[in-house]
Amino acid sequence: MKKIVLRTILFALPRVLNLTAWKHPDFRRRLKQKNCTAFIGLLDGSIGLTLEINGGKVRSRNANSVEPDVSLLFRDLPTALKFLMPNPDQGDIIHAAKNFKVITKGPDPLVVWFMQTLNLSQTVGVSMGTPMAEGTRRFTTCTNGGPLFVYVKEGRILRVTPLEFDADDAQGWEIRARGKTFRPQRRALVAPHAMTLKSVVYSDKRILHPMKRVDYDPDGDRNPQNRGKSGYVRISWDEALDIVAKEINRQKRVHGPGAITFPMSSHHQWGNVGYYLSALTRFANLIGFTRVAANPDSWEGWYWGAMHHFGNSMRIGVPAGYGGVEDCLKEAELIVFWSCDPESTNGAYAGFEGTQRRLWAKELGIEFVHIDPHNNPTAQLLGGRWIPVRPQTDAALATAIMYVWAVEGLYDKDYVAGRTTGFEEWKAYLLGQTDGIAKTPEWQEAETGVPAKDVRALARKWGNRKVYLAAGMTGAGFGGAGRGATGQQWARCMIMMMAMQGWGKPGVNFGCLQLGTPVDLHFYFPGYADGGISGDLMWTGNAVSNYQRMPHILTMNPVKQMVPRQQLPDAIINGHASGYLWDGISQEAQFAPFTYPMPGYSPIHMIYRYGGSAFSTVTKSGRWIDAYRHPSIEFVVNQSIWMEGEAQFADIILPACSSLERWDIGEWSNSGGYAHHGFGGVNHRVVTLQHKSIEPLGESRSDYDIFTGILERLGLGALFTEGGSELDWVKRVFDGSDLPNHISWSEFCRKGYYVVPPERPDFSQPVDMRWFAEGRQKDLPEPHPLPSQFAEGFGKGVQTPSGKIEFVPEILRRHTADNPDRPALNRYIPSWEGLGTTTLAGKYPLQMIATHSRYSFHTSSDGKNSAVNHVRDHRARIAGHDFWLLRINAVDANKRGIAHRDLVKVYNDRGTVICAADISPLVVPGVVKSHEASAEFKMVDIGGEIVEIGGCMNILTPDRPQTRGTSSMSPNSCLVQIEKWQGAEEFKLSRADTGIAHE
Amino acid sequence: MSKWNLIINVGRCENCYNCVIAEKDEHVGNDFPGYAAPASVSGESTIRILRRVEGQAPMVETTYLPVMCNHCDNPPCMKVGGDAIRKRKDGLVIIDPIKGKGRKDIVRSCPYKAIVWNEELQLPQTWIFDAHLLDNGWKRPRCQQACPTDVFEAVKLDDNAMAQKARTERLKVLLPKLGAKPRVYYRGLERWEACFIGGSVSVEASGKVDCVAGAEVSLYQGERKIAVTKSDDFGDFRFGGLPGKSGGYRVEIHHSAGTARRDCELNESLYLGEIVLVPTHRTPERDPSECVTQKS
Repeated sequence: MKKIVLRTILFALPRVLNLTAWKHPDFRRRLKQKNCTAFIGLLDGSIGLTLEINGGKVRSRNANSVEPDVSLLFRDLPTALKFLMPNPDQGDIIHAAKNFKVITKGPDPLVVWFMQTLNLSQTVGVSMGTPMAEGTRRFTTCTNGGPLFVYVKEGRILRVTPLEFDADDAQGWEIRARGKTFRPQRRALVAPHAMTLKSVVYSDKRILHPMKRVDYDPDGDRNPQNRGKSGYVRISWDEALDIVAKEINRQKRVHGPGAITFPMSSHHQWGNVGYYLSALTRFANLIGFTRVAANPDSWEGWYWGAMHHFGNSMRIGVPAGYGGVEDCLKEAELIVFWSCDPESTNGAYAGFEGTQRRLWAKELGIEFVHIDPHNNPTAQLLGGRWIPVRPQTDAALATAIMYVWAVEGLYDKDYVAGRTTGFEEWKAYLLGQTDGIAKTPEWQEAETGVPAKDVRALARKWGNRKVYLAAGMTGAGFGGAGRGATGQQWARCMIMMMAMQGWGKPGVNFGCLQLGTPVDLHFYFPGYADGGISGDLMWTGNAVSNYQRMPHILTMNPVKQMVPRQQLPDAIINGHASGYLWDGISQEAQFAPFTYPMPGYSPIHMIYRYGGSAFSTVTKSGRWIDAYRHPSIEFVVNQSIWMEGEAQFADIILPACSSLERWDIGEWSNSGGYAHHGFGGVNHRVVTLQHKSIEPLGESRSDYDIFTGILERLGLGALFTEGGSELDWVKRVFDGSDLPNHISWSEFCRKGYYVVPPERPDFSQPVDMRWFAEGRQKDLPEPHPLPSQFAEGFGKGVQTPSGKIEFVPEILRRHTADNPDRPALNRYIPSWEGLGTTTLAGKYPLQMIATHSRYSFHTSSDGKNSAVNHVRDHRARIAGHDFWLLRINAVDANKRGIAHRDLVKVYNDRGTVICAADISPLVVPGVVKSHEASAEFKMVDIGGEIVEIGGCMNILTPDRPQTRGTSSMSPNSCLVQIEKWQGAEEFKLSRADTGIAHE
Repeated sequence: MSKWNLIINVGRCENCYNCVIAEKDEHVGNDFPGYAAPASVSGESTIRILRRVEGQAPMVETTYLPVMCNHCDNPPCMKVGGDAIRKRKDGLVIIDPIKGKGRKDIVRSCPYKAIVWNEELQLPQTWIFDAHLLDNGWKRPRCQQACPTDVFEAVKLDDNAMAQKARTERLKVLLPKLGAKPRVYYRGLERWEACFIGGSVSVEASGKVDCVAGAEVSLYQGERKIAVTKSDDFGDFRFGGLPGKSGGYRVEIHHSAGTARRDCELNESLYLGEIVLVPTHRTPERDPSECVTQKS
């Protein structure tokens, strides 16, 4: 019977393919791309079909008359049927492939083409997008700033708009608090950088063709010293991919494993298939590479310090935030924002969804306090008391508040007694019994600049009241205060403050309504860090759910050598580096150092860089110039969408296309992995099909296609693609999620999105740490800590040796006793680059903080003549160049004769950047505020002085880790001097002020 | 005949620029014949957001004001533009993308500086209220659609109903004295125009300085007491809604711990800083620090 079925399927195949071609022009075009013959059938040849594709037509041929170019062979009949019947089970298919029950023969590029063509015949018939008036079609996409509709007419993007729900989409939740009922708006409140998408896709800085550096000859002189200086010549894709593949093989042959490295940026355009933790990881694993071990940049301070007090290592040391929206609206009297500016940082990916909720809090009369050197956009919108604190002195302020609580009894004594350990030792330190210095509000005043009276007033307003502490980006962790010399001290204080106030009790928690919406947490859709198509089980969240839900072939990087990201330039220049791992598996993982190079492996000789943001996102980024020019670096590939940043330092440039020019799928604000349930920041869970809305511009290609092109030359194309195109993978992600239970594939392709209904009102979301405050078993839906990490019994207590919140962490006692930078008893140690370092402060008296930009997501929307260049709060157009802004107080400006929008030179020993001055009382004297992540990196010589005019503030920041024993960044411990730029006139003269042209 | 009007909620704008970017998205690369030629990639935006920061740390207040073409009923640009500009029956003002060519003089004619010059196409351009979208069934312009805090509210009403609404809700227009009769109204414009006088009350006792909550703070203009408030937990008090450049004021503070007074001149908003109470058992002598004038 089964034989008949197989014979029937094979018999029909040529007709099915021809019919599909007749109906669909895209498939017709596909068939015309190549001529080949293919055999599909059983390994023993007893049942099979030989297909011939010629001139776009498919016919069957006699098996004996022709030697097929490509063969798809099944070991047995059941396996063949599993593959060829409709709706194959992916688990069966992958199992068969891994166990050699199906094999392919033939040149790798042809095998890939043939299998992708078979798959295309299944998907080409599905109608994509929604037709609108006047020949327009509406597609959907998602970005780091939220989901959008994409309107296309005649192959061109007409406009992008925020996604809005219709009457058929699920109704949202409602919260009743203090006599009012709140319901979120039925539209996506997206971030400004999301709205720039069309402008960056059509940017005139798009790289449209593969390019080779003019003085780079892979078979002759490579001239590494000229990187960043030389121009480029256009080459063909074949030539570019041949050079890259050949170099990969040469590196392995001559140097051995580890010679190649892929410095990956922390983010990418949205989408589970194309993400760097997905397609790029799969590609890199199939090549083998020295891993660039990222520092926990978002979590500095929390990872190295705070987590030892309470656990949550799988969340990299930050609180979870469950149930925070409802609890805060119902119970809180006050929200204290500390290094927390959600109107700028959007809780990372949630756009302005939280803004609406904070305005509800304002309506309810909840008060606000803002602790920040800058009166930031959140403080500007909400109002409330501003407490301007000097950068990197936050721990002193926090300590003094706790002093007042301790001496005036303004803390939860029962909670401290029952749920914590070590308070007596901490209290002794506060009272001055340890070191003879009472940590009074008067004590901290000279450090922080905050008057003692204000500290006392805040402590009294806060102590034993129902207060939400909004620390860091989400209000539940992260934050610029954590990225400096005192980052750990501050984050540790945040936990200790909450421990003193009864963390988890009603109205007492971390948050600012940015996290903890009552969405359905149990609907399964993977986040970008959950593995994607990577096949990697060690360095993504794949093993948790994705690998089972979406079976795919696993990939492994056999190279164990790692290099710490912040020290990568030093590793290249000096030949060695050492660091400490970011690994959330336990609190202990961070204590063991690792070194580069590692015995058995080659040092790095080839850099394959995706994107180009290091100049403005890695500290002391000027080091990268020397690193790229170092003679040990024999080859640099840069794969980028735009010509900016580090792309100008490459030998070969491969043009990638944007997310609108390829297929993907993603859920809003769902990172997964280390930030489990991150979609608790949005009001509605929205899963989007990220339509390929237009064809790639110029000769640009999707990353996936570029990786396929390289791997095909190494015989790895079939393994990488598993015979599928990006759209095939998108469907596999769809099939592996809970979506098919609610919406069909064809409906999802047409409409483009699905709104997940909220959690049932009677299943209210548990509040973070409520279980702990009430002495119950843990009831949060998070799969951590690991079973072995509970002190007594599973689900009892937090992830510490005692199971309680520890004021003096046992883990630090055990492991950092010999490190004076990381004392078990937290204490305020002034910044090693601050006002206390008087010699340095004498030369560079101003403290600079460079935080996340509001109008770009890292570098992705900045520069490139995008719409963001018009934002006067982002760059200032002077003499036809868009200068980065530096925010200065009038007192500091007047002293230096600087007027609003003057060009100023910002400098220290590490470099010089030219900015436009923005003078206002929004920063206090002694502090200058800017942003990181300029996409433009541009050194110019004006009047004999070399200055950077793109706005890369990280040229000025220190590369020193916060403390010994960590691989951590400290950009916010930075001293600078500013002066009115004497070169301004010469610069203006050197440029035609047309108001149009950009370099 | 119902016509288009726009209401802008002052105080809700947080300077996110979604409206400006949405506007660029709509017009860059798109030609809408009869409505607007494409906007230039690098040219000025037709929606601008002005910023006003008042006070000094820690008492600052920031207000953002989106401004754009007001689609005036008595437009100064039409006096200069001739038949290059037309006023539609629904109130919208459109600069003809063909007849406007070369007419740089039109740019200078707008007292609101709402007209930008497109150098590449040699055209004056404005925010057209997304007339092309409204004519195709859209209920609101793109700025309203993209704004996260509901700053914009497009309303279609006949002139009488709109006048009534403006009266009831105390809506204002910019530069009313020009008589241009804008169709863009502002709700809460006082926040952009008015000033505050504020301070922080403290007292010294046993060698420590503390904030004073619940002090009675009165504001006098001459002999007239015009407002009373109480200091909050940080000792802060604030009198808002005062006209700028309105001369001399006096602040008097009374509390069981003591009293204080300050005289000041109000030009722009004024934060008087820390005001230390003089204990009541001491004679309140006139103290030079009591007289505070505006810092420049």
